Amino acid sequence: MTTLAVTPFHRRFRTFVRRLPVYIGVAILLIIVAYPLVWLLLGSFKQQDEFLSEPFWSLPRSWSFDNYVEAFVGGGLGKYILNSVIAVFPSMFLILLLGTAAGFALEVMVWKGRGAVLLVFLAGVMIPLQMILLPLFTIYFNLHLTGTLWPLIITYTATGLPLTVFMMATFFRAVPREIFEAATLDGANIYRIFWSVGIPLVRNALFTVALVQFFFIWNDLLIALTFTNSQDLRTIQAGLLNFTGQYGAVDYGPMFAGIAVNVVGTLVLYLFLNQKVMKGLTAGSVKG
Amino acid sequence: MERLLGNPRAVLVLLGPALLVYSLVMLIPIVWSLVYTVYEGNAVSGFEFVGIDNFVRFFNDPTALEAVGFTIRYALILTVLQVVVGYALALLYVFYLKKASSLVRTLVFFPVILPTVAVALLFRRFFEAAPTEGPINSIMEFVGLSTFDWFGQPDASFWVIIMMDLWRSMGFYAVLLYAGVVEIPEDIIESARIDGAAGWRLVRHIILPLSLPVLLSATIFSINGTLKVFDSVVALTNGGPGTSTTPLTVYMFQTSFSFGQYGYGSTVALMLTVMCLLVTIFIFRASRRDLTRNEK
Repeated sequence: MTTLAVTPFHRRFRTFVRRLPVYIGVAILLIIVAYPLVWLLLGSFKQQDEFLSEPFWSLPRSWSFDNYVEAFVGGGLGKYILNSVIAVFPSMFLILLLGTAAGFALEVMVWKGRGAVLLVFLAGVMIPLQMILLPLFTIYFNLHLTGTLWPLIITYTATGLPLTVFMMATFFRAVPREIFEAATLDGANIYRIFWSVGIPLVRNALFTVALVQFFFIWNDLLIALTFTNSQDLRTIQAGLLNFTGQYGAVDYGPMFAGIAVNVVGTLVLYLFLNQKVMKGLTAGSVKG
Repeated sequence: MERLLGNPRAVLVLLGPALLVYSLVMLIPIVWSLVYTVYEGNAVSGFEFVGIDNFVRFFNDPTALEAVGFTIRYALILTVLQVVVGYALALLYVFYLKKASSLVRTLVFFPVILPTVAVALLFRRFFEAAPTEGPINSIMEFVGLSTFDWFGQPDASFWVIIMMDLWRSMGFYAVLLYAGVVEIPEDIIESARIDGAAGWRLVRHIILPLSLPVLLSATIFSINGTLKVFDSVVALTNGGPGTSTTPLTVYMFQTSFSFGQYGYGSTVALMLTVMCLLVTIFIFRASRRDLTRNEK
């Protein structure tokens, strides 16, 4: 170089200028991703007239929780959340229990036809749920289960199984077989091996699968809409969809508060467990 | 030992419950649904055998064909966008942000975990024209354009759905593809650089061919998801204006539960399933041909 002496500062400045377009691009990307959420949270504190007459970027006049109270009291948000909790956690528990046992039987145990059974489970990942809704509706109707949350729990459990069985089988495959063989030589029976050797070995995987299933079931609309025909049974997603109808399209504050409550739950979970969630959700997709 | 790990009774105890639930709630209903396609009626009014009438009706039903058209258009456009934008982000993470990309990855991923209903209701307000202007219309007015009723017109509604779903899912595809790109061995990229490949040429001739497998699985996953779109549409446009943004899933739901036509609803569901299978097989075969050609 024959030009002026290049000081470290110059060099760093030049690198910065060269990379400036990338920084600006990333900044714009982050604004696009985050802004709708900021707007949502600000909106949940605004009064009706602020929505109608103030520009969208204005801050709320006061930070009162009136909208949230209204969403819970007038909008019945509490009931919806309770329904969701009642439907989600028993299904999650059943999915994990049945799915892990099946994954163990299909991957660790040795028997003829296990490959075929795994394929049968795998088919369930691809079939659109629309194929099973009508027969299930007929079954639940004839068993007099409509009017309860049982249809949701049963359907969530069954539809969550294929992916769970497949993921658990994959996780068990990664465990060295010698561990299980050593356990059999020590004289443990098969259920003990499953419960005291198998489960602890895939504890992390269990947690990941639980997270993935939680997001799937909590965010589900199709099944909730199909099997909950009364106001009292609505889950948070189905209930929120009707929030608009109930208030007309005009009562913005409580509506925003309702959306915010719905979003905050999953958001807090993501805040603490984001790496696990990212890994789990993307792992759940490569089943292809 | 082999006898213990192969104990048939234990297989039954461990696998049985899952297989039973799965069969009762998924496998049997799938077959049952196939039977429904040659009947008409519903759980309350009873059923009547109609032969292939439902299929004849499907191919002569303008709303159904419109729904097929919407589903295909939506799935193709969104799949291309998801994979292309996701791939661009993945390249940005790997080659520009490098070690510092973790925070950006985590932030761009977060819309994925939000409930679709919540996002759709939010976007409805975001693009609103009346009674109050949402941010998009305000910005358009600010830069001198007139406000626009996004949900009053089929094409605009279509693109709002696409934009929302891209916003929701791009972080997911970015992470998925990032995992593929980051695994490309450093020394291959380094030796290509020494040979003079840089920028676009490096991507085109080295990175892209090496990330084809992960691009393929991302495409298959995406098309399977987008063909089944339901939540976004129901909560954002509810199929409107008219029936212009009604995918097969929503049409199936309406014929079945609003009009109580289980036979026709099952037929629509079957058509959707066939579409998913055909598209997946098609992509598999097309990619296989492509891969063998590249190897020669």
